[in-house]
Amino acid sequence: MSMAWRIPLLALLLALAVLSVRRLAALDEHSLVGRLGTPLLFGAWLLLFWQLLVDAFEVPRVLLPAPSLIWQSLLAGAGVLLGDFVQTVLHSALIGWAAGCTLGFITGVLIDRSPFLQRGLLPLAALASTVPLIGIAPIMVMWFGFDWHSKAAVVVVMTFFPMLVNTLAGLAESGHMERDLMRSYGAGYWRTLIALRLPVALPFVFNALKINSTLAMIGAIVAEFFGSPVAGLGFRISTEAARLNMGLVWAAIVVAALSGSLFYGLLGWAERRATFWHPSIRTHV
Amino acid sequence: MALTDERSGLGAAWFRVGPVLTVLAIVLLLWYAAAVWLNAPQVIERTLSSQPGWGALDLMRLTWSMDRPVLPAPHQIALDLFDSVFGWPLDSPRNLLYHAAVTSSATLLGFVLGTLLGAVLAVLIVHSRTLERSLFPWVIASQTVPVLAIAPIIIVIMGSMGLSGVLPKAIISMYLCFFPVAVALVKGLRSPGVLELELMHTYAASPRHTFWMLRVPASLPFLFPSLRVGIAAGLVGAIVGELPTGAQAGLGARLLTGSYYGNTVQIWSALVMSALLGLFLTGCVAAAERWLTPGGRR
Repeated sequence: MSMAWRIPLLALLLALAVLSVRRLAALDEHSLVGRLGTPLLFGAWLLLFWQLLVDAFEVPRVLLPAPSLIWQSLLAGAGVLLGDFVQTVLHSALIGWAAGCTLGFITGVLIDRSPFLQRGLLPLAALASTVPLIGIAPIMVMWFGFDWHSKAAVVVVMTFFPMLVNTLAGLAESGHMERDLMRSYGAGYWRTLIALRLPVALPFVFNALKINSTLAMIGAIVAEFFGSPVAGLGFRISTEAARLNMGLVWAAIVVAALSGSLFYGLLGWAERRATFWHPSIRTHV
Repeated sequence: MALTDERSGLGAAWFRVGPVLTVLAIVLLLWYAAAVWLNAPQVIERTLSSQPGWGALDLMRLTWSMDRPVLPAPHQIALDLFDSVFGWPLDSPRNLLYHAAVTSSATLLGFVLGTLLGAVLAVLIVHSRTLERSLFPWVIASQTVPVLAIAPIIIVIMGSMGLSGVLPKAIISMYLCFFPVAVALVKGLRSPGVLELELMHTYAASPRHTFWMLRVPASLPFLFPSLRVGIAAGLVGAIVGELPTGAQAGLGARLLTGSYYGNTVQIWSALVMSALLGLFLTGCVAAAERWLTPGGRR
């Protein structure tokens, strides 16, 4: 096709895209088509234009590979990427996330009984959120070696503080009335904790679990930039980028993005199942 | 806690600072103990095994003053930090303040760009139903994606365009700053209720006036917390941006060279410096918040 052809064609497609998305966006807010269809259609048009523009202007692969090329690399490198997925997501991120969240939760429940420790630890935990904790990655690599253990250790440190802060906030959430009621039932500390305070704290705990799922993915991937065995999404991204094999780099990013969203989505689903009584969930149904 | 208001003078100060200091003291003690525990095998193997009859004091002295310890003692890190900051001129690559300045220039540039981009996007989303329904879900979904993974790509792309130095790192920072700002601003610009909007209407305010005099001030309490998140994330972005390039300067480069040469004290002092930088930057945003939103967050 000659250049003179393409520009009116692209303009026509663009007009069609804008019109169709606007049409869909104007639909009723409560209809599933309007709520889910609009972003999906928008994304589909975006992919199409990405492909067309990259083809039409012959954008160099290094700058931006076309979606079709990324898809091909994804299929061709499926075996390699599966190994990276197991290494980074299932080992580093998931194990580190589970350990960090458990530690943060248990610490939160334990120091909840001591206002002194709370006042001592909460400011420090708040400070930890402003500190680039990812920087401990080289130290963890020295201590725990190149394999996933060092990455999981980074993830443990990164996920500990958000869980601690949220657990403490959640445990403080149950009101005096409810606690007095539990007392009048003759319920002790543990009974009150299990029957009242932990369920009330659940939305906070889930909030931390969700924040931490993103942090865990970031920690696991970036820690691999500091040295890793020959597998892992972060390792793949940094080495293939250095070799200018951008198709595979983008394919690895697609895998990372999909795993991150899936991780988050599963937690959101579990949250809706576990905290169905909470107003923020109830109003959405 | 509400109790703080009832105390005054020294008691109040101790009530707030005391627990933190206690926890810090415990951390320091544990750190020294851990340094002995972790460094002991090397010390025993290298020096003490040749001198029979060594005691606990020798072990402590040697484990706290190793050249390349597994875990440096806190005073070693503090000395290294002090030495690098005050022992060398500001423009020397041995001075950590120089590296902190390199990293923070990328962070700040990225922070400004990201905030602007987030603001523009938020204004567009608030004013266009189409964009709100089509683009905003993607902005939210992108929060669940490990954005930092694309750092090496940005470095490579910009490098192939002949750009290196501060700009690629700033782009990565921008990327990280822009999501929280956009999401919070959309929420904040929408926060005025029907009552306030109708009041503006009775004043015959134009949409532009309503925007600047009602929506923008109303969005500030939403904006600042996300700015604090944004600048902390931007710092992480700048540091990570210094990793794949083999950059010569910056805190990320310090971390990386330290890990190449097994120089643990250097890694730890770069880490402490980046923590201090993070505190300083978020502190600046918090100060701006206090200044710009009187009567809001104290």
